[in-house]
Amino acid sequence: MSMNDLYLLVPMAPLLGAVVAGFFGRTLGRRGSHVVTILGVAISFIASVVIAQDVFAGHSFNGTLYTWLSTGNVSLVVGFLIDPLTVTLMLIVTFVSLMVHIYTIGYMHEDPGYQRFFSYISLFTFSMLMLVMANNFLQLFFGWEAVGLVSYLLIGFWYTRPTAIYANLKAFLVNRVGDFGFLLGIGLVLAHFGTLDYATVFSMVPQMAKETIELIPGSPVSLLTVTCILLFIGAMGKSAQMPLHVWLPDSMEGPTPISALIHAATMVTAGIFMVSRMSPLFEYSETARSVVLVIGASTALFMAFLGIIQTDIKRVVAYSTLSQLGYMTVALGASAYPVAIFHLGTHAFFKALLFLGAGSVIHAMHHEQDMRNMGGLRKYLPITYWTAVVGSLALAGIPPFAGFFSKDAIIEAVQATHIAGAGYASFAVLAGVFITAFYSFRMLFMTFHGEPRMDHHVREHLHESPWVITVPLILLAIPSVLTGYLYIEPMVFGNYFGASITVLPENGGLHEMRQEWQGVGNFVQHGLLSLPFWLAVSGIVAAAALYLKWTHVPALIKARLMPLFTVLDNKYYFDSFNERVFAGGARLLGGGLWRIGDEKIIDGGMVNGSANAVARLSQRLRRVQTGYIYHYAFVMIFGVFALMSLWFIKA
Amino acid sequence: MTFAFPNLVPVLPEIFLLTALCAILILDLFVSEANRFLVYAFSQLTLVVTAGLLVMGATGAPISTFEGMFIDDPMARTLKIFAILAVALMLAYSRSYNSSRGLSRGEFYVLVLFALLGIMVMVSANHFLVLYLGLELLSLSLCALIALQRDAVRATEAAMKYFVLAALASGMLLYGMSMLYGATGSLQIPVVASVIQSGTADPAILVFGLVFIVAGLSFKLGVVPFHMWVPDVYEGAPTAVTLFVGSAPKIAAFAFFMRLLVGGMGSMVTDWQPMLIIVSVLSMLLGNVTAIAQTNIKRMLAYSTISHMGYLLLGILSGTDAGYSSAMFYVASYVLTTLGGFGIILLMSREGFEADRLEDLKGLNKRSPWYAFMMLVVMISMAGIPVSVGFFAKLSVLSAALDAGLTWLVVFAVLMSLIGAFYYLRVIKLMYMDEPADAAPLIADTDHRVLISVNGAAILALGILPQPLIDLCTMAITQSLRG
Repeated sequence: MSMNDLYLLVPMAPLLGAVVAGFFGRTLGRRGSHVVTILGVAISFIASVVIAQDVFAGHSFNGTLYTWLSTGNVSLVVGFLIDPLTVTLMLIVTFVSLMVHIYTIGYMHEDPGYQRFFSYISLFTFSMLMLVMANNFLQLFFGWEAVGLVSYLLIGFWYTRPTAIYANLKAFLVNRVGDFGFLLGIGLVLAHFGTLDYATVFSMVPQMAKETIELIPGSPVSLLTVTCILLFIGAMGKSAQMPLHVWLPDSMEGPTPISALIHAATMVTAGIFMVSRMSPLFEYSETARSVVLVIGASTALFMAFLGIIQTDIKRVVAYSTLSQLGYMTVALGASAYPVAIFHLGTHAFFKALLFLGAGSVIHAMHHEQDMRNMGGLRKYLPITYWTAVVGSLALAGIPPFAGFFSKDAIIEAVQATHIAGAGYASFAVLAGVFITAFYSFRMLFMTFHGEPRMDHHVREHLHESPWVITVPLILLAIPSVLTGYLYIEPMVFGNYFGASITVLPENGGLHEMRQEWQGVGNFVQHGLLSLPFWLAVSGIVAAAALYLKWTHVPALIKARLMPLFTVLDNKYYFDSFNERVFAGGARLLGGGLWRIGDEKIIDGGMVNGSANAVARLSQRLRRVQTGYIYHYAFVMIFGVFALMSLWFIKA
Repeated sequence: MTFAFPNLVPVLPEIFLLTALCAILILDLFVSEANRFLVYAFSQLTLVVTAGLLVMGATGAPISTFEGMFIDDPMARTLKIFAILAVALMLAYSRSYNSSRGLSRGEFYVLVLFALLGIMVMVSANHFLVLYLGLELLSLSLCALIALQRDAVRATEAAMKYFVLAALASGMLLYGMSMLYGATGSLQIPVVASVIQSGTADPAILVFGLVFIVAGLSFKLGVVPFHMWVPDVYEGAPTAVTLFVGSAPKIAAFAFFMRLLVGGMGSMVTDWQPMLIIVSVLSMLLGNVTAIAQTNIKRMLAYSTISHMGYLLLGILSGTDAGYSSAMFYVASYVLTTLGGFGIILLMSREGFEADRLEDLKGLNKRSPWYAFMMLVVMISMAGIPVSVGFFAKLSVLSAALDAGLTWLVVFAVLMSLIGAFYYLRVIKLMYMDEPADAAPLIADTDHRVLISVNGAAILALGILPQPLIDLCTMAITQSLRG
């Protein structure tokens, strides 16, 4: 089997699994469906590992597999770009997906939509792989939309729940806004570069750096800035950056494995991946990077605050995802693309772990998600508890867990950056560390410690989840501990990404960091003495104080700070604003266009009006046909006369 | 003056047709009422043999005979075959209708065949007198056919009107031809053409003659303002005859335009193009708009024909080979579609009941879904909706007009076909959405059923793969005009 076949095998194996489980799921039965899909993803994972070894041995690939169509000078192709960046994502996607597939056997075993679920998650794996493996913008967009579609289907998986339908519609609409920007960005690339091929576009970037376009006639702006910001709007939708983040918390209506796979580990990182892939473009636009930096920092800080007041266990994890995506975006804005990808990787593991842990708790609690009804679960779910501890420590950024390395690297990168907005960003990421540690341990303490608060009926049935649930937890806990330590040196400071990421020397945060690098040991040592670590520790201590020791205090604080709480409880009024202004405005506009534009002007005036006019004309014209032969003859003679006079007048 | 014996080979089909129809006339005297079927069978056999002779005798290049009065070229042969096919289908569709109304006499078949002979002579005419001869043969036969039901008041009235107005139109045509003769000194079409081209003829007289010729031609085609006979004749004549009037003679009229205007006065295209534009615009407007107000299907189809002839003129008036062949394609597809439409109306008619009101179509889908579907195919083809041959027919004449730079005319034509779509779609609505007044399923002979299905299938098949017919028309036109 040649390498090309292997590349093709990676996305095709899950696709085949999805098709088989989707169309023949009823015949195959539950077992058949999960066997075939898991097999597909496992093959894909193994192939990815083989490809990874090949790539790190120095064999990158960029080529076209299939030309879909050619029109003029533009050809639309299916092609793969296999380089260290791609391969990293492939590994993360296939591994997390494999874990989620296995976990799903236990989590969904009572669900009537079992086969459909497996078909969807395999289809998602295929779409995500197409996205990361693309070597051109069109295929990127295909994967982008395909993961969006599967996300939509999965958020509304329990389609009889009105909340699920509301949530998937919301996700769909918000993503449309982002995708619209993304599509415009791709359109600009096609219009000005004349091709959709990555390599060609990237090679043309330096000479396009000075190009300007006039969005408003008379005021030229840099082409690359506009393109980058438009592309980033796409990333904001998919990676849930403020203000397009509103769909992600609601997406928790989907089954928990989905929250882990799609809405924490992989799909939401598509935006991060895309910006890193486009690093040759972003590097030439400081304005665009400032935008990225500010948006990311705001998301990181403000979404973390919301995590503090949530009572739904999944929503805590969801807001922490938002906040962590903000961290990654900040790294992108600071030109530290490798750091962003590094955090993406570590986060994928520990966040999938936390989500699946939350899922395990929910499963044990018979689909109860409110943490106020939990407590003391440590005794009943030991494996879940210990893996959740690992996940929380990683999230909080405590060494030697993975999150510490990636988060510290981000903070350092931001501090080494000097573009507009860097000061604000560096404050936001620091403050975020404290809050992150606080809410993640709040969740841990409320769920697993203290007095059990569930009713005795549920308590009697509490037991640890089956192995198909716990094994993935353990398997995810391992990289949550190790990846940071093992990969920080090659990924951030070494030449791991090779040529797949471009960082210009003048945008030097990362270069400065590389010069100061003195090995992992020093990094940890330095980390233990620096501010972020102590902020994280104090966050944990604060959480312990409030939720283990003086448990009556949170209610007092809440009462004292009611106005602040109200703002947080309403999620900064983003939803109400959207509901009133955008949804209400759209309804108003639609209603207006319908009543005035459609009913009055189009239906009444144009359609019925013209039809009535024709009908009246018709009634009149039919009277010309009198039936008298002398009228007929007269008309003929008149016709000849008219034709003739016309000609002789003209002559 | 020597008088060489003419080459009879190109005229063989016409000679055979004439001989056979005389034989049928005699045969009719001797067959009993019970064996009347024989007359029908012999007529069909005659058509088959005539068509066979046409196909076998086909040569690529134009051949003229009878001192250049008669021409045999690919266009003539193709149009003749179209006409024979149309007549054969029409005879098959109307057989049971005729026998239930006492129309199935020898006269019917003989008159139809005479009319066909007239068509064939017109199509091959290369001389004003031959053209006129064929025209009168057709007109008089049609007139007799319309009046075949002697005791029906409407039919007699229609025949009267047709006779008088046709006489008027013939007069105009003859007047126009005599003007041309006066200006050019010849009745031979190629000679007339070359004299006009040389510029030695008096242009005032030429234009004067042209106006009358256009008027006479327009009458034959039934376009505004020379259309007044069309609705009355369509409605008044027995449906079988209406079917005939609406089909094969249109092919003759097309040939008439080609021979006289394109062949004879081709170099005056700038003079006749604006005339045809006026006539075409008026036809599309009046035909489509007035059809909406009709309650009688035959009358509705009469107005629809008027508008279709307006579209046909779009092809001719664009003045290019592509335009002429698109018009030829249009006439072929129009005839095919019309035959299907009237075929179903004939099928729905029973003894003592003419299914000629729109409401008779109500709920046809419940009665006979297959025929309703066939009628649907006919209607979408008439409206020019894909996937039907009518779509490509409209498309090709419109693109010919567009290439001739007549954008506004094309826009107008499209708008008019939009209006036209209303009454075609109304038929579909009546068939599919309304309740039938009479739930009895339709009864039809096997041959009629099969032919209707073949007819509908042909409309669809040519709507999907129109290229063979388009190629045929293009070949016929280019080989005939450019030799």
